[in-house]
Amino acid sequence: MRGPVYFHAVPLALLVVVLLLTACGGAPHPQSTLAPQADFSTELFGLYKNVFWWAVGVFVIVEALLLIAIARYRARPGARDPKPVHGHTVLEIGWTLAPALILVFIAVPTMRSIFDTAGHAPEGALRVQVIGHQWWWEYRYPTLNISAYNELHLPVRTAIQVEMTSADVIHSFWVPRLGGKRDLIQGRTNRIAFSADSAGEFWGQCAEFCGASHANMRLRVVVQSDSAFQRWVDQQRVAPATPAKGSAAEAGLQVYRRSSCIACHTIAGISQGKVGPDLSHVGGRATIAGALFPNTPEILQRWIMNAPAMKPGALMTPQTLPPQDLDALIAYLQSLK
Amino acid sequence: MKSWLTTTDHKRIGLLYFWTAFGFFLIGGLEAMIIRAQLIKPDGGLGVSAETFNQLFTMHGTTMVFLALMPLSAAFFNFMIPLQIGARDVAFPRLNAFSYWVFLLGGLFLNVSFIAGPLFGADNLSVAPDAGWFGYANLTERQFSPGPNVDFWLLGLQILGIASLAAGFNFIVTILNMRAPGMRMLRLPPFTWMTLITQFLVITAFPVITVALVLLMFDRFFDTHFFVPQGGGDPILWQHLFWMFGHPEVYILILPAMGIVSEVLPTFSKKPLFGYTVVVYSGVVIAFLGWSVWSHHMFSTGLGPIADSVFAGTTMLIAIPTGVKIFNWIGTLWGGQIRFTSSMLFAIGFIAMFIIGGLSGVSHASAPSDLQQTDTYYVVAHIHYVLFGGTILGLFSGMYYWWPKMTGRMLSESLGKVHFWLTMIGMNLAFFPMHFSGLLGMPRRIYTYSSDLGVTSFNQVSTIGAFLIGLATLVFAWNLLRTRWQPVNAPNNPWGGSTLEWAIPSPPPVYNFTVIPTVESRMPLWQTERHAPMAPLPERPPAAIHVPGGSWWPLITAIGLPILAIAAISRTLPLVFLGVAIVIVGIYRWAYEPFEM
Repeated sequence: MRGPVYFHAVPLALLVVVLLLTACGGAPHPQSTLAPQADFSTELFGLYKNVFWWAVGVFVIVEALLLIAIARYRARPGARDPKPVHGHTVLEIGWTLAPALILVFIAVPTMRSIFDTAGHAPEGALRVQVIGHQWWWEYRYPTLNISAYNELHLPVRTAIQVEMTSADVIHSFWVPRLGGKRDLIQGRTNRIAFSADSAGEFWGQCAEFCGASHANMRLRVVVQSDSAFQRWVDQQRVAPATPAKGSAAEAGLQVYRRSSCIACHTIAGISQGKVGPDLSHVGGRATIAGALFPNTPEILQRWIMNAPAMKPGALMTPQTLPPQDLDALIAYLQSLK
Repeated sequence: MKSWLTTTDHKRIGLLYFWTAFGFFLIGGLEAMIIRAQLIKPDGGLGVSAETFNQLFTMHGTTMVFLALMPLSAAFFNFMIPLQIGARDVAFPRLNAFSYWVFLLGGLFLNVSFIAGPLFGADNLSVAPDAGWFGYANLTERQFSPGPNVDFWLLGLQILGIASLAAGFNFIVTILNMRAPGMRMLRLPPFTWMTLITQFLVITAFPVITVALVLLMFDRFFDTHFFVPQGGGDPILWQHLFWMFGHPEVYILILPAMGIVSEVLPTFSKKPLFGYTVVVYSGVVIAFLGWSVWSHHMFSTGLGPIADSVFAGTTMLIAIPTGVKIFNWIGTLWGGQIRFTSSMLFAIGFIAMFIIGGLSGVSHASAPSDLQQTDTYYVVAHIHYVLFGGTILGLFSGMYYWWPKMTGRMLSESLGKVHFWLTMIGMNLAFFPMHFSGLLGMPRRIYTYSSDLGVTSFNQVSTIGAFLIGLATLVFAWNLLRTRWQPVNAPNNPWGGSTLEWAIPSPPPVYNFTVIPTVESRMPLWQTERHAPMAPLPERPPAAIHVPGGSWWPLITAIGLPILAIAAISRTLPLVFLGVAIVIVGIYRWAYEPFEM
């Protein structure tokens, strides 16, 4: 019979699994959980590896038993009826205790990790508040008195205390290479804590289904050396640049002042809208629209003209601006470093 | 036609359940294939809109759980339980018919949402539910989901819950009270045992989701604040209620398939089920533990380390009775004379695939590890190894096993084997790569993903696999239909089975047994150490047999329920009175109906 043929493929498939798992840790996977770059994510990965290898062991043994059984006990013509075995008490006790014992080796490190990763950073950690919005991220640094949007800047090798909540529905903050996900829930504050091992840009995105553009609620974490981080902080603290007289940006500021932008967006000293992200330093960001698109004049132009076409459900209504006004507005926004 | 609309025969109702559920299974599968087609390309895919995609995955989950897998199991409960315990029908035949009609109408009500848009002045044709099969508050509140989509979902599920509850009580009473003489509890066939346990889960789990749905309905229709944080409510309360239902629901879906496999393996190994009592008790233990693990769906919500530890621990415990079952199945095969029929291949495939789903489940039980896997494609892989590799393969095994009994016609074994291999290859291509997509950071429930994530090739393989599953299902459908115009008649006991359903003709006569048999062993049709096989039953009944007649009232009463749902969703007060009147009159006439027609 052909029954057993498939099952010979199982160990082979397993080998492929292991090879792929080891091969997948490299750079082209910016959201890989298999390439941790922080204490939090490293601990979770260690725990996963522990479970994984136990599972591989159990998988090999049990599938092998199944394979042997169906290969060895195929019906053969003329064979006598099998012995009507009803059970075996010692075997039953044995295969009840064996998995229980294995689970002890998984449960003990699990419990230890649960308390290790409960989200409480040591004293003096940098506090960051993450607020989820449909479908973008707001970050506040209460001790530094600044805020950021979609792109979170953090100093390397520094304990970070992240406090999370939501302005609307439930979201989940997830940057796989830095740590596990944690939900953002209106009316509650959730915590994670971590310290990034190396500088670099880390990708993440919302992991809890949050409506039409859940797939488009992405984020970046820029982990920087202490000095680079300090430069970024200083830049956030200065008031938005005032455009030079007669420049395109200056005309753009006038367009901004009389457009409907001001109802929803804040630019410090100019407008105080609270619906969308603060634009005081929008020109300094690498991406727009929830880390979805690069921050280039062409994309910004398309975005202003018709945001919902680029990001379903986006609240920003399509704008109708004459081309020269649009160009000026973009020049102004780009000047807000 | 009239005889089908008024039928109270458990066998006819079983067939109605089967064909209806199989139809919904095809619809749910079609939804899955559109989802997979969209994900074959990153950065926008094939152009399925976010709104449509969200409707598709919501309806795929809802359809497969409530309209395909549960009722396909129910088809077997209906057809097989009275036969396996030596009864003429279920305890409450008209209630049984009522369950079916409510299920059918509830399923139609949910699916009508795909074309009901114009009735609500929506821009699109479809206003199907779009907030996930788990409907997490506060996204499902009116503020964030203003359309009728979520209303269709919460009203539809309330209707379906009534069907499940009625059937649950019916089968518990049937199994406990309608057993043939000598059919002691520990002589019940394992499928009957797993059915009994499943029904206890149904009657305890469904009230919980009903409460949750009613609270959500109050929030949406009457501006209460059960799940609204600004009003003092709590969206996490929804998650607790939903998963208090949702996790037992997983066992409601898997235990019947485990029961089927526990019937099929002994028959085709020519050996009794190894460790029968242990298999039964481990089913009971799984059900008990199944009530105490719900928060493992919520590790990322920040329950705190104490709760996380407790739920991680209880979840890991479930691995023990599950493992015990698998070892006993292998013990059944061991030393047997194994015949690789289509039914047996699916049963063996069930064991092989369920092991994978069970083991990936352990990485979710380990709460901190789960923080990296929950809400990613890794979970999608896990649930599909459990619910497809487990439940669906088990149900296919049951279809090949019992189809001859249900229809009197044999299915083609060669088509069955093509179906099996296509399904196995398809499911592993579809679901195995999802482990990698997830580990590499692809969240679930997204209509598009960035090409920069490096998961495109895994998604392409998944899509190919999904279409192979679709092809395999068409082969199966062809095999079913073939039995209508190229019939091969089935004997009483085509497989040499040991249980009572094989003692009577295929298909069984309306009264099932000419004489109610007296049962002396766990395997009445087999020679055992202490018991000779049961003597054949007489060809004709020695005396007139009383069978329940048909009734219109189950169908009429059932029609009242979707009318109430339509009244709510269209905010039409007179329809409320109409629906209530139909239900009350229906129940009243039902109660006073002369039993003999």
